[in-house]
Amino acid sequence: MKQKKDRVSFALSLLTHIAAAITILCLLFIIAYILIRGVPNLKPSLFEWEYNTDNVSMMPAIINTIIVVLMTLVIAAPIGIFSAIYLVEYAKRGSKLVKVILLTTETLSGIPSIVYGLFGSLMFVISMKMGLSIMAGSLTLAIMVLPTIMRTTQEALVAVPDSYREGSFGLGAGKLRTIFRIILPSAIPGIMSGIVLSMGRIVGETAALIYTSGTVAQVCTNIFAPGSTLAVHMYRLMSEGLYTEQACAVAVVLLVFVIVMNSLSSYLGRKLVKG
Amino acid sequence: MQLRENAMRIVFMLAACFSIVAVFFICFYLFINGLPAIAKIGPMNFLAGMEWAPSNNLYGIFPMIIGSIYVTAGAIVVGVPIGILTAVYMAYFCPKKIYRIVKPAVELLAGIPSIVYGFFGLVVIVPLIQDAFHTSGNTVLAASILLGIMILPTIVSVSEASLQAVPDSYYEGSLALGASHERSVYFVCLKAAKSGVLAGVILGVGRAIGETMAVIMVAGNQAVVPGSLLHGVRTMTANIVLEMGYATGLHREALIATAVVLFVFIMIINLSFSALKRKEAKA
Repeated sequence: MKQKKDRVSFALSLLTHIAAAITILCLLFIIAYILIRGVPNLKPSLFEWEYNTDNVSMMPAIINTIIVVLMTLVIAAPIGIFSAIYLVEYAKRGSKLVKVILLTTETLSGIPSIVYGLFGSLMFVISMKMGLSIMAGSLTLAIMVLPTIMRTTQEALVAVPDSYREGSFGLGAGKLRTIFRIILPSAIPGIMSGIVLSMGRIVGETAALIYTSGTVAQVCTNIFAPGSTLAVHMYRLMSEGLYTEQACAVAVVLLVFVIVMNSLSSYLGRKLVKG
Repeated sequence: MQLRENAMRIVFMLAACFSIVAVFFICFYLFINGLPAIAKIGPMNFLAGMEWAPSNNLYGIFPMIIGSIYVTAGAIVVGVPIGILTAVYMAYFCPKKIYRIVKPAVELLAGIPSIVYGFFGLVVIVPLIQDAFHTSGNTVLAASILLGIMILPTIVSVSEASLQAVPDSYYEGSLALGASHERSVYFVCLKAAKSGVLAGVILGVGRAIGETMAVIMVAGNQAVVPGSLLHGVRTMTANIVLEMGYATGLHREALIATAVVLFVFIMIINLSFSALKRKEAKA
């Protein structure tokens, strides 16, 4: 039996559906607009090796981006995973140290990227004399993505059933062996989903990199040389005001990358739930 | 064997302490470099000064503080109602099939880089406002709309999680008393999830006030207190990015001091967020 709805209920139902539609339409509109405007501008010349003012190729920026992503993860992933292991497998719940760690991690995840950028420039670029460099940028980003990696790894470790641990201990394995042979392998999909998520953040980051790794549009020659990533490259093209078409093409590349990373991350996340 | 166990235990613990060290260094470097400037300029002249004119040695960031508050408030007006309603839709209205589309869509909205949002705002929202009001499109309004869209995913996912945590018995009890589905959801479940939803809103506020790249593309960046929604505005974050590249001496320190003020804002927002989350966990 379907009851006729009173006015308040009808209005609420209508508002809810409209709001949900707006959210989805926003996303679809942004993606469609960028693709439609950007894809025609994706010319092969934009992927040439050399960058110059006639041809603002994004290839150097892509290579720099890959280097920055790898360096950041090499620094952040072990620290993030190890701290999650400590929090889940070793620490007593509710101990003072754990509380402080959780509080600082939360603080880190709330700090805006421009503050990270300024801090990176003060500490790594100036105080530690690295200069504007890929290294300074990666260190800054490593601190920035640390909370993401920690949180997702923690969730993945907590999801590993206790019977695995008990089984391993029961067979005579030590704590360390249990962690590396039993717990980590079964938590891999969850950990990977966190790492992929932070890759997306690194690729999209601009504000934290402008004053740490610089805006030079060349491939960095070594890790202490400056170089702009794809997002910084796009910012430069936009702020110069002459290269809107090319900026749009970069936006397509960024967007496609983020979509791929997001789907990969949620696929890995689902795998964890099933496994 | 025992030695290795203990050694690794210490390694894990040191790794875990890294976040403490990081927060300490961030505070240390910001305050050491920023506070002297505030002292030199004078706290009142700095925080309440109406003029930002580094060439005349005037460093008042009041317009930027107001600017940040304006665009954040605008983002709340745009983003919060839509965000909460979308969360309600996902938790109580959405068929399973559609949920499987909506959920990743919201996650994707969170993943889009802010520079891409900025580009979208610059080429879509700004011209729209230009045509509609015949003014320069780089306005408080444009920044508010753009930030409203950007904080949607934060508000949606935190609110949705806390709505999902409301026990089913609340909803069922309300239905049994004769309330309609919508009334039960809005007047019982949403009310029960209140503090979680508020936490989501606060987190969104933190995002909005800290957002940089998208805002500088659409806000116009004039360092004066905006007279209306259709005037340009400069936020604290924009102030730092725009001038850090060439600033020297006291000017540079004043920019770092701006970051200190921003940092304090964020800390207050964060603390109220975690206080609310604790309250929710207790309830």
